[in-house]
Amino acid sequence: MGLFTKFDGLAAGRAELGALGIDPFAVKIEKIISPTEGIIHGRHTILAGTNNYLGLTFNPECIASARLALENEGTGTTGSRMANGSYSGHRNLEKELAAFYGKRDAIVFSTGYVANLGMISTLAGPGDVVLLDADCHACIYDGCRLGGAETIRFRHNDAEDLAKRLRRLGSRAAEALIVVEGIYSMLGDRAPLKEIVAVKREFGGYLMVDEAHSFGVLGERGCGLVEELGIMDDVDFIVGTFSKSLGCAGGFCVSNMPELDLIRYASRPYIFTASPAPATIASARQALRILESGKDLRQKLHDNAARLHAGLAALGYTLGGPPSPVVAVVLEGKVEALQFWDSLLKLGVYVNLMLPPATPNGVSLIRCSVSAAHTSEQIDAVCAAFAKLRTKA
Amino acid sequence: MTEYDRILADLIKGLAPFTNGKTVTENTELVGDLDLDSLKIMELLLFVEDSFDISIPVSILPDVKTVGDLAKQVEKILGNA
Ligand SMILES: Cc1ncc(COP(=O)(O)O)c(C=O)c1O
Repeated sequence: MGLFTKFDGLAAGRAELGALGIDPFAVKIEKIISPTEGIIHGRHTILAGTNNYLGLTFNPECIASARLALENEGTGTTGSRMANGSYSGHRNLEKELAAFYGKRDAIVFSTGYVANLGMISTLAGPGDVVLLDADCHACIYDGCRLGGAETIRFRHNDAEDLAKRLRRLGSRAAEALIVVEGIYSMLGDRAPLKEIVAVKREFGGYLMVDEAHSFGVLGERGCGLVEELGIMDDVDFIVGTFSKSLGCAGGFCVSNMPELDLIRYASRPYIFTASPAPATIASARQALRILESGKDLRQKLHDNAARLHAGLAALGYTLGGPPSPVVAVVLEGKVEALQFWDSLLKLGVYVNLMLPPATPNGVSLIRCSVSAAHTSEQIDAVCAAFAKLRTKA
Repeated sequence: MTEYDRILADLIKGLAPFTNGKTVTENTELVGDLDLDSLKIMELLLFVEDSFDISIPVSILPDVKTVGDLAKQVEKILGNA
């Protein structure tokens, strides 16, 4: 078997797309105009698949902070914090995140992917057990793999199945790491965190919640689902990303565990990659300040999400979950989804196409993500495009 | 009858809903012979986990090709319990 034989399946898949003349993985945004608009294939397009939940990518204060850091601190850190040292911004952002969550401390990582990789692989090594929701993001699976812990999936959003598996672990349950997400990225559904916390209370273990899609989105102050449900003290680790609500890049973990700081010295994805650039840190800090300063953006986001969800439901589409900033339309098959996605793009609406095996239960999805920066007119225009395709079908 | 044979017999019986009436032996390949896609494999594993009251770790899945491989893993997990 040759080195490249394993790509035969991929090559066939690419050829299939080529034959259809549709390539959803090679979309070029020729010009980005605003958080919600761009030029794609020469066409003015509404962006409704960016995870830019609060629409902060063009926020003047974030840009000003980033520019100042860029000019004062340079374009990059050129190394990891262990080797090259931390800039004041790295540590300040950690303190601000910890204060925002009311937790003891925080660690900032280079991306959200790296945050999960760095935390999970370090916490759970050979001989340890991780129990994860079957629909968890790839980086959570990859963190388990890198760490080498025994990794057990439980049925998506099924606290009873989790309980069953903890019971099977016997005395090992007390030291197991349970990993779930706040809002799941594909369907926009939420974890039954109260039930999961109750199971954890019964069997023991440590609970990590990845709030990638709920940080800045849920909760009175925008901390996420954990805050909304009032279970902050029951969750041992909260992981998140700056790449969605904060509109830049980077990841973090906050925790009350006194051992959190020790993770730094053992976490390969923390030690062996460059730390976030000064401008990135500065815009993350500014975006966090904006997030903390009020609920207007969150309210606007939820109004937009409700508008899109109601609009698509009224058209008779099958939606992946209740209203949330992720609104997923479930379609019959792969080819139908591909053509649907392509037609939307031709109508000037960019959304995400999600195909199996990346999707739960092997479904094909047209995944929209809503932003606080969308105007009601833009949401209506997205609905109108879906309406056109409905009559066609 | 060894422990392995007992597990294999139980597995073959339990596999009936997944086999489209095909004959299943120790050497039957889950993907190659039974045409199970990743979704069906997932369902099958959940079923096996519940029938034996075990959890099958994700990491062993690449080593499971045939029904016999699955029986061996189940035996190993039951032995560790
Ligand atoms: C649940 C979840 N965790 C982590 C990540 C990774 O975040 P980042 O883009 O910052 O690497 C994502 C992004 O898609 C995600 O959906």
